[in-house]
Amino acid sequence: MSIKLTIDGKEVHARSGENIIDVASQNGVYIPSLCYVKGKPCLGTCRTCSVKVNGRVMAACTMPVADGMEIEVNDDAEIVDMRKALVELLFSEGNHNCPSCEKSGRCELQATGYEVDMMVSRFPYRFTPRVVDHASKTVFLQRDRCIFCQRCVDMVRDERTGKKIFSIKGRGTHSSIEIDAELANDMTPQQVRYASDLCPVGCIIDKTQGYDDPIGQRKFEIKSIKDRALEKEHR
Amino acid sequence: MSHSHNKNEILSHELPATPLDPKIKAERDAKIQVAMMGLCGCWGCTLSFLDMDERILGLLDKVAITRSSFTDVKRIPHRCTIGFVEGGVANSENIEILEEYRENCDILISVGACAVWGGVPAMRNVVPLEECFVEAYVESPTAVPGAKKVIPFHEDLPIITTKVLPLHEVVKIDYFIPGCPPDGDAIIKVLDDFVHGRGFDLPTEMNRYD
Ligand code: SF4
Ligand code: SF4
Ligand code: SF4
Ligand code: FES
Repeated sequence: MSIKLTIDGKEVHARSGENIIDVASQNGVYIPSLCYVKGKPCLGTCRTCSVKVNGRVMAACTMPVADGMEIEVNDDAEIVDMRKALVELLFSEGNHNCPSCEKSGRCELQATGYEVDMMVSRFPYRFTPRVVDHASKTVFLQRDRCIFCQRCVDMVRDERTGKKIFSIKGRGTHSSIEIDAELANDMTPQQVRYASDLCPVGCIIDKTQGYDDPIGQRKFEIKSIKDRALEKEHR
Repeated sequence: MSHSHNKNEILSHELPATPLDPKIKAERDAKIQVAMMGLCGCWGCTLSFLDMDERILGLLDKVAITRSSFTDVKRIPHRCTIGFVEGGVANSENIEILEEYRENCDILISVGACAVWGGVPAMRNVVPLEECFVEAYVESPTAVPGAKKVIPFHEDLPIITTKVLPLHEVVKIDYFIPGCPPDGDAIIKVLDDFVHGRGFDLPTEMNRYD
């Protein structure tokens, strides 16, 4: 069923059942997102996609559009700053030394930092010590960079048994991303690449991959994350 | 603490020198004073300051560069309009210099990852300071065999801070240019905007964290 709603005051048409992120990008409006993967069930973990729906803050990836909805993405200074603050929070919660990160230039967190114009985090940088996990033969976990989006937990499974390979242990400040090293050892090279590409940050690192692309020719330098998100929709 | 009166310390601008021609001095003093200071960094950001290249020439009728990699004086000799700083705070001397610099700059700008959040030197923040000292001086793999193991400590040596701090956790910082290092393009953009009264605006495509 076709419905009508407004995004930043502009009237748009959509099919009911679609989520706000997708409808916005079909209409040329980029909403930053870090856990959402188009075509996969929403995780709703990062809140980077927060927008105002009829004046209330909602995660755009988890919220289906409805007739008459008034959505504010960029028109409302408060929500724009709230998304920026959420990104800043992730940078101060982990240890993000981009110059020494294999994912730099391909990292969705970094690219999103640029889109929200983050220069510095308003929150104190925490410098929590986190141990790197080298146990598996195929990938290592650089835990400093995990943003707990749960993409790997939900979307990477052992191909034979369907068991989860990644899991999150503990809660709150004690959370840590864990890997089942035995299952991980059985991952095919394709699955390893899928997992390391799926991780929005440089936490799951394919042991065969290094700083492969020269600076200036890396993924988000060739085309920004925003342009990529919008382009997917226009295709 | 007054810096020019530390024992045995003479700053380069206090050394005997032929006075500048009064006319040149007056012209220079009338310009926008710009400086760049380095704290705990690798001088990479200061090199980016040099990467403004010939583009700085176009600004020189409006701008006078006091302390920087162009001039190599230790401290700014007089008040500055715009101060850039590279590097984070890793010892007591960094704190002294930064506080004095802040007092003497109208606009203070953190340049580079080290200044903005600690950067490469802050990789030691996840290790207790004691272990860092032990690794560097006691169990150092490169120590001369048989040499006495000492952790340097002397009243003339700056005291190392427990953690490397971003500048804005020590003094007020007005603006931030991230990057390790940021390009000369970003620095000239910011400087040019201030000189022409436009205010700070680092466009998305110039922002980078590595
Ligand atoms: S994961 Fe992304 S943001 Fe974090 S250090 Fe790596 S490139 Fe930078
Ligand atoms: S390892 Fe990567 S994909 Fe998995 S939860 Fe952490 S950030 Fe997300
Ligand atoms: S930010 Fe990078 S280039 Fe600049 S001083 Fe620090 S380590 Fe050097
Ligand atoms: S993208 Fe919507 S909550 Fe993460």
